[in-house]
This record gives sequence, C-alpha cells and structure tokens, in this order.
Amino acid sequence: MRRAKHPFVFTGCVELRQTLDHRATDERELLERLEEVPAGSVFYHTHGYFLRHRPITTAYGNDFAAWVAAHLRDQVLAERLAVVNPFEFATLEDLREELASVIHDHLMRLSSVPRVELGEMFYFQQSHIVEVNLGPGAETLAEFRAGLASVDASAIYMHMVEARARLGRRAGDFAEWIRDSLEIPDLADKIERIDTYMTNLERVRARVLTLVDAALEDATA
Amino acid sequence: MIRVEDYRRVAPPGVVDIILTLGERVRGKRLLHLSGGRFGGGAAEILQTLVPMMTDLGIDAAWEITGGDPAFYSTAIALQAGLRGAERVLTDEALDHFVEMNRVNAKKLSLDADLVLVHDVQPATLIQHRVAAGRWVWLCHFDCSRPQRRPWSFLRPFVNQYDAAVFSLPAFARRVGIPKYVMYPSIDPLSEKNRELTLREIATTLSGLGIPQDKPLLLQVGAFNAADDPLGVVNVYRLVKKHYDVRLVLAGAASAEPESAGVLAELREAEHRDPDILVRELPPDAHVQINALQRAATIVLQKSVQESFGLGAAEAMWKGKPVIGGFAGGLPHQIVYDVTGYTVHSVEGAAFRLRHLLNNRELIARMGAAGREHVRRSFLITRHLVDYMALLIHLTQ
Repeated sequence: MRRAKHPFVFTGCVELRQTLDHRATDERELLERLEEVPAGSVFYHTHGYFLRHRPITTAYGNDFAAWVAAHLRDQVLAERLAVVNPFEFATLEDLREELASVIHDHLMRLSSVPRVELGEMFYFQQSHIVEVNLGPGAETLAEFRAGLASVDASAIYMHMVEARARLGRRAGDFAEWIRDSLEIPDLADKIERIDTYMTNLERVRARVLTLVDAALEDATA
Repeated sequence: MIRVEDYRRVAPPGVVDIILTLGERVRGKRLLHLSGGRFGGGAAEILQTLVPMMTDLGIDAAWEITGGDPAFYSTAIALQAGLRGAERVLTDEALDHFVEMNRVNAKKLSLDADLVLVHDVQPATLIQHRVAAGRWVWLCHFDCSRPQRRPWSFLRPFVNQYDAAVFSLPAFARRVGIPKYVMYPSIDPLSEKNRELTLREIATTLSGLGIPQDKPLLLQVGAFNAADDPLGVVNVYRLVKKHYDVRLVLAGAASAEPESAGVLAELREAEHRDPDILVRELPPDAHVQINALQRAATIVLQKSVQESFGLGAAEAMWKGKPVIGGFAGGLPHQIVYDVTGYTVHSVEGAAFRLRHLLNNRELIARMGAAGREHVRRSFLITRHLVDYMALLIHLTQ
C-alpha cells in the first residue's frame, strides 16, 4: 500500500466561549452590531455553528438565521441568511459584508423592524480554540480511514472547517494531505467537493469515509 | 474514588481521549477552587466530582471553603439574593464585616496557585489578597444580569480585579471590564441522581413513595414556589386529563420563602380533590427517588416561569424523556424545540404539547433518544471538565 511522504496527524479541538458586550434586540441592532464586532465573532456564529450542533442536523446553518427564525419569527430574513454559505467567501470580512447586506436589503423592504418580544436577545460571542493532538499519525490510506472513523468529531471540524475558513487551507486538510502526500488527486478532488454546509460533522465524516472506502476497494481490485 | 476512565462508557466517543491528552498538558498545574461550602447544589455539587477528576488527571487541584460568623453568612446570602434581583437590606457595617471576615479567611488559606477559581459570592472579595503569579477567575453560577444596585455597586470593584469571569449563559452576565467566558453547568451521569437504575429499583422506589405505575406519568421536579409554577402544572394536567387518563406527580422541596407554604397548601388541596395528583415533598438528598421518578415518567415538565439554568431538564433528557419546559433561564438552551421536547409560554401551550406527544407515542421515544444524545454531547460533566481545562490552558500557557 502506498505510504505518505508525511503522516497525517488528526487534531481535535475544544472551544472556550467568550461572550461580548454586543447584543441585539431587533434586526436593526443585529445589523449595527454585526458591523462592529470582531471578525472572530462572525466566524463563531457562522462556521463555528457546526462545532456546536454536532448531533442535530442544522436547520439554518448559522446563528443569525436561527435567532431570526426562533426569536423574531421572521422567516423571510431567516431563509435569506440561511442560504449564505460561509464556505463560499474568501475572507471573514467578505462574509460579514454579505450578511450585513442581506439584513440591510431586508430592512429596506419593511415598514416596521421585527423585535424580540417573548424570545431571547442575540448575544454576540467569540471563541478561543485549544487544539488537541489525537495520537499517532496515519501513513497509509487504510490507517487514515481507521483514524477518521474513531476520532472525536471536533477533528472533522478542525480539518474540514477551521482549516479552510480560518487557517487559509482552502482545500481542507484531508484533501490536501491525500493530494500532496499520498498523491491520490482523484480522491482529493472528491473530498474537496464535499458540501460541508447545512449538514453536521458526523455526516461529513460518513461522506469522507464512503469516498475513502471506494478508493481502497479500487486499489485492491 | 472517581476516575476519568469510568466515564468512557457514558461520554461521547473520543471525549475521554481528549480529556487525557489535555490532562497531559496541564499535569502538575496548581488549581485552587474557592467556594462557600462543600454541600448542597450548584458549585458544590459540581466540584464534588470535578476536583477528584482533575486530581486523577495529575492536576494539583485543591478545594477550599470560606467561613465566618453568622453575620458573615447572612450577608453572603443577602448579597447573592440582591445580585439575583431580590430586594435586601445591606448596611455598610455588614458589608465591611463581610470584607473583614474574608481578610481573616485569606490569612488561613494558601492562595498560591496557577489558576484560582472563585465560585459565587461568599469568597469573591478574596481577590484583594491574590498572590502575584496566579490568574484569578470569578465563576458566577446564577443569573446576575439584573441585580439590585447596592449589591452590584459593592461587588463590581472586586469582580473587575479578576482576570476573567465565567457565566452559565451570556444572558446571565453583567457588563464588567474583564473577559467573560461561558460554560454551561453539567450533570454527573454516574451520580446517584443520574446513574442507571434497574426496573426493580425503580419499582421499589416508586412503591416507597406511594406512586402506582398503572398510568402514564407526568412529572415535574422542582421547588414548590411561584418560579417553578407547580400550580400552573396542575392546570396543564387538568387540560390534558380531559382527554388522557394520566397521573401527575409533583416532587420537590418546600423552600424557606413564605410564599412556598401557600403554594404547597394549594397543591395539597388539589391532591385532596383528585387522586391522580400526587404531591411528594422530598429531602434535599433524595437523589435516588428523583432518579427513579424521572425514569418512570412518560413526559417530564419543567414549566418554570423564572429559572436559573434549570438542569432538571438535562437530568430528565439523560433518562430518555422528552421535556416540556417554560421559556425561562437555561431551559431554551437545553431543550431543542421539536427535537428533544418543547419550550412553551403558557399553560395552554404546555397542555397542547403534552396532548400532541400522548397522541403520537412514537415521538416520545424518538425525542427521548434525541434528548439523551443531546445531553451526552453538551451537558455531561466530561464536557465541563474539558471547559475547565481549556480555561486553564488559555489563561496559563
């Protein structure tokens, strides 16, 4: 079996959540605060959503859409925010601009601003990620498969979400390692194309495993 | 002897490995917890498990408590009540004495540690006596977002001397000049209140409480006061009883508040008129009884109108029960709407959701299973331990 030039080391993470002094009680405040919070907070409420909603399929895909739907009961804005795929933006500032633009356009069409009545305010937060090295590295595709099947789901987040969105490794760590170190570009392309939005980490894990299993079968055929 | 490895069979896959790896990074670090007592709920209940787990990981973890004369304790209680928003009389003399007693506490305690975690109000002013090298964090286990002015004016200068504060929810936090972290509280799945029980243990315990198991059981565990709204639950039950032959059990402790006696008297009256309403006053250490009741229940209610975090919902979900909870405190953060139960705003809303579940029995099992997995991921003590270690690493490395 082909051996990698460099082993793949699975890295999980734990998240220390920090609440900020920014909060919103209606959609106008949501827009104003969104424009002034640190970029880390934009990341927390969009990409970070996947880390915190592991077992339950995400209905909205980010905290802004979820709050607008659940607490303001504004389904129209919730839908518009939900389709903003954070993985399509090169930088967090681009993502922030898109989200702000969606809220601004929506407010322009309203005669009154939806406000929290019985629900909860939106509290802007950010997080500090503590990385956790999860054991010996994988040197073959089979070892990679075994490791992937058993690691904590936070490792899926680190390698498929954090790596792409915050650390600038746009293909994601799995695809990058398989392409550059294992030199299986077809498999790398397929993993890179996995849509990580509007799903959960376990489903992403299952999709990667399915692709790897198919590659392993092809290799032994 | 509490061992981290014991939690491998209940924690999510991979979490114990993460804990052990983090443990290697913080091995030998000196961590000191300071609280107002070793018994009761809240911080003490959590620390009884967390401190031995930290020790098992090789962390040099210690837990000290502060003490004083009766005036010290009564000021601590009044301060905490005031910070929760209740009106209390706090004189300058009482507050000066409170600070002085903690000065005496500081002399008796060794406050030298890499990280000092100060829980709630009673030890909070010890920050004045911090030793140079260590980092100090104030952990507030209650909702202090709407305090009375006087207690907050007193406490705020002390809080601002800490390196950070920790709150159970962003909504529970007060604006302060230091970083504010968020950690949900947790339940211990291996404790008497939450461990697995055999069917025989459940049956025996319920029999001891005089509760038959021949009908679907609706349960609320909580204080007999207006905040937990047991009278509202009786009204919910009455709306449901028109359509379903169910039994309601209200289990809890009467609180010291004067209103509690009145609430309990009304509940007794309701119990007297309807044999399917059962009110059970339990002592604070009735952990197995509460465990058995939650396991025997068909659906659990937590219809609070005012709530702190309200971990009773997580306890019930851990036992595979759907929970219908009031939209208060931490309940909306525990109950995933339409997945693990429902949050409601009214008696009618709770009755509607109960009828919906009783009429669609397959949902009860499905929501119960989803609730157990939700708690496994988010509200077990293993997650709490990870949070503490992340804080230790973040602030000391």
